[in-house]
Amino acid sequence: MTGLRVDFYPEIVAADVAVIGAGPGGIAAAVSAAERGLRVVVIDRGLEPGGQIWRHKAGAAATPEAQPWITRLAASGARTINGTSVVDVRPDADGFEILAESASRPLHIWAADIILATGARELFIPFDGWTLPGVMGIGGTQALIKSGASFAGKRVVIAGSGPLMLPVAASLADAGANLLLVAEQARRAAVAQFATGLWRTPSLLLQAAKYRVRFLTSSYTTGTWVTAAHGVDRLESITLTDGRRTWRHDVDVLCTGYGLIPNVEIARLIGCEIREGAIAVDNRQRTNVDHVLAVGEATGIGGAPLSLIEGAIAGSTVGSVEAPSGHLLRRRAALVGAAGRMLDVFAPREELRSLPHADTIVCRCEDVSFGAVQGAACARQAKLYTRVGMGPCQGRTCMPALDFLLAWQADSVRPPVEPALVSVLSSEVAGEATPSFPLTSSVGEAYQ
Amino acid sequence: MPRGGQSRISIVINGDRVEVPAGITVAAALFNLGITALRTSVSGEPRGPVCAMGVCFECRVTIDSRPHQRACLTAAVDGMHIQTASTS
Repeated sequence: MTGLRVDFYPEIVAADVAVIGAGPGGIAAAVSAAERGLRVVVIDRGLEPGGQIWRHKAGAAATPEAQPWITRLAASGARTINGTSVVDVRPDADGFEILAESASRPLHIWAADIILATGARELFIPFDGWTLPGVMGIGGTQALIKSGASFAGKRVVIAGSGPLMLPVAASLADAGANLLLVAEQARRAAVAQFATGLWRTPSLLLQAAKYRVRFLTSSYTTGTWVTAAHGVDRLESITLTDGRRTWRHDVDVLCTGYGLIPNVEIARLIGCEIREGAIAVDNRQRTNVDHVLAVGEATGIGGAPLSLIEGAIAGSTVGSVEAPSGHLLRRRAALVGAAGRMLDVFAPREELRSLPHADTIVCRCEDVSFGAVQGAACARQAKLYTRVGMGPCQGRTCMPALDFLLAWQADSVRPPVEPALVSVLSSEVAGEATPSFPLTSSVGEAYQ
Repeated sequence: MPRGGQSRISIVINGDRVEVPAGITVAAALFNLGITALRTSVSGEPRGPVCAMGVCFECRVTIDSRPHQRACLTAAVDGMHIQTASTS
């Protein structure tokens, strides 16, 4: 045995329910299921449970909204495995086998049911210079702040779309950034109409006002978007437009992004139906694939309160014939309505389709230009000819952009859904099809 | 540990030993040091973090001799060696 690296031994975990993603939806699902006595395992890419919205620095206290849930998760009996990326999901006789990479080690999970809580990511629309270091996502900036990055004294412009801009602007102002401008691409009339509609959800209106107060010294403008970033080796300035005139700002950081899009790659790999970019579910959060449920942003952008309700519905019904409580169903219906109104207001404007030029890079992994893919008939053809979307991010950044720019349908998803070590990909568990319990069992049967 | 402060750890970035707060991610530590270019793209462009949540793979660095590690998903730990593609 000497000389064999421990990395090659897969850890094996068996569970009734595997929850993929530990944001609010995944946590609520895991808590509800584990409190019913089911054996639950939660796997998540992040360093701590909480997902993006409840992200906090390791060792630091979580927010007041997050802390009770994180405490409940820890006490629920569910096992949470952080720092873990799903590589493949295969159906087998008794359920599913999930192959994951966890701290450079293979992890095999057998589960009878899967709850997908894969969350969302930002939509980026390519423009000249968007690959320069210093151009970052709006959510990405928030994540960096929560990871310990200091923005004190940095000249920052936020230019993009959606309600996420407000809390990030507030965080930047709190962090001592020199926040020059917050530019929302949506039209003023649409944003005003949305704000007026917020009276129906007073808590959201109050929240928006609280965020705005924190960056009152910075300008907030509508109907304005970024058309180019300039600099040599790093961002130095940006060009903005309101459709009539253009102007420049010298900046250190540009935060950009056009709202959130559901992470549906694992769902598509399993064969779940995707409707309007989100995982299609019924009123018990079931997908069209037996024993696969989905909750939260991956089923449609709706915010953390809705994700918590959906998680509770899935966790309380998974593996049983029980109907979800009427209270949960009514809460969900109300929140889904509010989310729908928001998405219409912040839809990217038509002018953004002409942002990239022929030499603008669209695929950041393979450095493929917009001109190289424009003539392709579909995503599959473009991939074969140019390698667009075939780098490490597997098209997660460029394909949603190309869907917006060229109305391409996403290509099929094949394993591995994330880059993985060969030792992980080739880790097979010899012998038994089902490992023994308890959950923490770890078996060292593997070959390279 | 300094009174009322956070504990600090020591890591090595491009050969230089630096002190950073415990609990910080590698991406945030590099950002705070003004290291904006973390990797070189296939056509030779400098690149830095974009999504900071493990999706875009733009923040790949070499950590303890392991290439292509996502700086945004890696917590800095005492004694860690980090190599970026560019030392600018």
